[in-house]
Amino acid sequence: MADNFNFELVSPERLLVSGSVSEVVIPATEGEMTVMANHAPTMTTIKPGVVTVKFADGRKDRFVVFGGFADIIPTGCTLLAESAVHVDDFNVDQITRRVEAARTELAQATTDEHKFGIESYLAELTTLRGIVVPA
Amino acid sequence: MPSLKDLKNRIASVKATQKITKAMKMVAAAKLRRAQEAAEAARPYSQRMSAVLANIAQAVGQDDSAPRLMTGTGKDQVHLLVVCTAERGLCGGFNSQIARLARDHTRKLLASGKTVKIICVGKKGFDILRREYASLIIDRVDLREVKRIGFENADQVGRKVIGLFEKGEFDVCTLFYSEFKSVISQIPTALQLIPASAPAAVAETTGATAIYDYEPDAAAILGDLIPRNISVQIFRALLENVAGEMGAKMSAMDNATRNAGEMINKLTLNYNRQRQAQITKELIEIISGAEAL
Repeated sequence: MADNFNFELVSPERLLVSGSVSEVVIPATEGEMTVMANHAPTMTTIKPGVVTVKFADGRKDRFVVFGGFADIIPTGCTLLAESAVHVDDFNVDQITRRVEAARTELAQATTDEHKFGIESYLAELTTLRGIVVPA
Repeated sequence: MPSLKDLKNRIASVKATQKITKAMKMVAAAKLRRAQEAAEAARPYSQRMSAVLANIAQAVGQDDSAPRLMTGTGKDQVHLLVVCTAERGLCGGFNSQIARLARDHTRKLLASGKTVKIICVGKKGFDILRREYASLIIDRVDLREVKRIGFENADQVGRKVIGLFEKGEFDVCTLFYSEFKSVISQIPTALQLIPASAPAAVAETTGATAIYDYEPDAAAILGDLIPRNISVQIFRALLENVAGEMGAKMSAMDNATRNAGEMINKLTLNYNRQRQAQITKELIEIISGAEAL
């Protein structure tokens, strides 16, 4: 049985999770990563995706996050999400709204770099929609 | 000398006012509780954010790759003031205190030959600053339609500020808001957003100076983090403002209710005295009429 560590999921509005967990899957910018106890200290940004939390008592929970970053140290992990909701409270409108906002931003973008950033963000959102919404 | 009827009317109208102020006080108290809860719920995020930021800033601080949002443009010619106030009045000196701080700041900057630009968040600050510095106000954000301030509202302001910075519209950005100390005390505060005053002290206390792996690299994370931090700071300021506004409104309305009570007492005393005087007068008339027979 793996060791447990402290995990905190914080959004600007409130603290969503704070407790002892055995495993957390984070949608990091450079690919999904699973964090377990005694992970090397890592700081990473997060893309829109689903965070899966496995609590110490074996319970599992999933949260939808939109960007942010994670601060991982051997004894704990803090995930600062720009916006986070529990999967059960989530609805498609939230993604659709963001997709529309990103599209309008794309239309106004002038530099290539900016365009590229928004396009990849859009792609991530679309993938996320595919994951969360049952077809 | 007002007649009895006039006095009666006045008492009735003051009573009606008292009822309104009492209701407003109670509404403010309920909203204050909610605002305080929101401010408290938002605290962990901004705390962790500054801890992480201090950590990365330490790692990146040495090289020149640090983003310009943190180091600034190297000049301080053009100042941007973001003035956050409430949308509604009737909350004592709350709005005017913030506006006064911003105004003094503006005056000082103008006197030393700097250029000042102002963004008003909230209607009341705009109303006050418009009188003197209408030409300096470049934008205003209206949050009147917003029932509950979310991070999105703050992010919208943050993006605006960053957009202006990237266009080279200003060099230094300062945020004005009111810090919520307690129900009876809110302190108008000026906070420099850009260049970010590095929260160096936090790193010491957390002691987390571990060597981190950065994914992607530290500079990229920092570049992502700092704009977010600006939004978070604005969000915190807005939440503090709401709590402060409600606190100020509560005490202002409490005062108003008490004043109305005093006024009613005074008017009632006056009314009774006159009524008594009139009765005495009528009695005298009757008695002297009876004696004359």
